[in-house]
Amino acid sequence: MNLKLKVWRQESSKHKGKIVEYKVHDISPDMSFLEMMDQLNQSLIEKGQDPVAFDHDCREGICGSCSMYINGQPHGPENMITTCQLHMRSFNDGETVYIEPWRASTFPIIKDLVVDRSAFDKIIQAGGYISVNTSGNSQDANAIPIPKENADSAFDAATCIGCGACVATCKNSSAMLFTAAKISHLSNLPQGQVESSSRVISMVNKMDELGFGNCTNTGDCAVQCPKGISLDNIAKMNREYLKASLKSEK
Amino acid sequence: MSKNTIIFSSSLGKKFVMSLTGLFLCSFLIVHLGGNIALFTSKDTFNEYTKFMTSNPLIRFMEIILVLGFLTHIVDAILLYIRNKNASNTKYIFDKKKSSISSRSMALTGSFILFFLIVHLRSFWYEYKFGEVIYSEDSNGNQIKDMYHIVTSSFESPMYSLFYVSAVILLGIHLNHGFQSAFLSLGLRHKKYTPFISLIGKLFSFSITLGFISFPIYFCLKNFNLW
Ligand code: HEM
Ligand code: SF4
Ligand code: FES
Repeated sequence: MNLKLKVWRQESSKHKGKIVEYKVHDISPDMSFLEMMDQLNQSLIEKGQDPVAFDHDCREGICGSCSMYINGQPHGPENMITTCQLHMRSFNDGETVYIEPWRASTFPIIKDLVVDRSAFDKIIQAGGYISVNTSGNSQDANAIPIPKENADSAFDAATCIGCGACVATCKNSSAMLFTAAKISHLSNLPQGQVESSSRVISMVNKMDELGFGNCTNTGDCAVQCPKGISLDNIAKMNREYLKASLKSEK
Repeated sequence: MSKNTIIFSSSLGKKFVMSLTGLFLCSFLIVHLGGNIALFTSKDTFNEYTKFMTSNPLIRFMEIILVLGFLTHIVDAILLYIRNKNASNTKYIFDKKKSSISSRSMALTGSFILFFLIVHLRSFWYEYKFGEVIYSEDSNGNQIKDMYHIVTSSFESPMYSLFYVSAVILLGIHLNHGFQSAFLSLGLRHKKYTPFISLIGKLFSFSITLGFISFPIYFCLKNFNLW
């Protein structure tokens, strides 16, 4: 199949970007979207042009780096998958496909489709961990009994891969779904209890400080999340936050 | 910043305030609608009801709380709006949202409600307090201000009624998302209860809209002998 691509090209965060049109021929419907991009880049390199910069790593839906806004949706038209898991059979021969980077002031563009998502790392650094002394005498995690429902909802939340699709699609560029997933993942487990109050306060404050927007509860994030993280986590974060700020003594 | 003030200044804190004031305004709408039904009973009942509402000390106190509720909701809305716009300063060339239009247009519907509120206060509250009002006799033979006349004569104008009806529909759209959203902001979400809350939200926004538009529609049609 053949496609007409309209790709966002931008030299750096300092330069102005624009949409550039490319025609890609002989695409196999079995190719992944990233393989199609590889084919485009190969042809650009052969013509002596600058290939389109895009992020990718695992190519199997677990690293969260393949950020592309395809035809108006993060990771393209299919639900619950990342761009690397998207196949060309989801498109029609002759279709025009828009490919843009994530757009949020907290995710500045580095080049073309590559954005800087280190703001997510800063949120994690603010409290998305448990402080355990791992000097050799830590208890085996499996030795702590955890009710199945808690383990399940912690696991569901933990599947968040930090891809940023939630921020990308949100009209307010809010990082609530991501932050909420990290908070409820840990607060559902006994290991995460100890720091649960300080964690929710620090992570939410960091999220605000970095300039992410607020939540209007529109729910676009949960629809577009490749891991199906649900709004329940946002509700849980709101509860945890209310609880933590009421009982805080500082 | 101390943690106790964070609850109001943080993004989540602002949403708590937004949801509490929003739900408080919802309760006001119920009372307001309930009172307006007196318009359908008789001129005297409505005028006496108005007299009661404008003179009872408890109601006067609640009026202050109501004004504060509105102001907090509005100021908070502006603060949230500015932050959200700064966070998302570049738009996609091609964007497909999956969320409901009502959820995405809260600021727009809210702004129109504010505009309506100003006009509404000018035409009823201000007229009643400071305007040249005609008096009518109540059941005890006392002279009281004829609020019934102020209201019904405003609704006789098709333009005014149309404006009123559109504003109420936008309010309904605001509530269609707002009601259930407020529960999520407060962290109240549950597999069993949330569908129920959403249903109540839909019923609530629908009944409020139908209720409030019935007055201008009735009095406007009546004026043209169509009712
Ligand atoms: C009778 C009048 C009103 C009622 C009953 C009402 C009710 C509500 C409710 C229940 C919410 C949901 C809160 C939440 O999501 O937690 C809300 C949100 C909102 N309201 Fe109102 N409201 C009214 C008037 C206004 C006015 C006059 C404005 C603006 C000038 C406004 C602007 C907003 C905005 C922008 C939001 C969304 C905030 C966000 O989630 O980002 N509202 N309202
Ligand atoms: S919540 Fe979903 S969309 Fe957001 S970063 Fe995590 S996996 Fe990606
Ligand atoms: S490349 Fe790792 S999730 Fe797509």
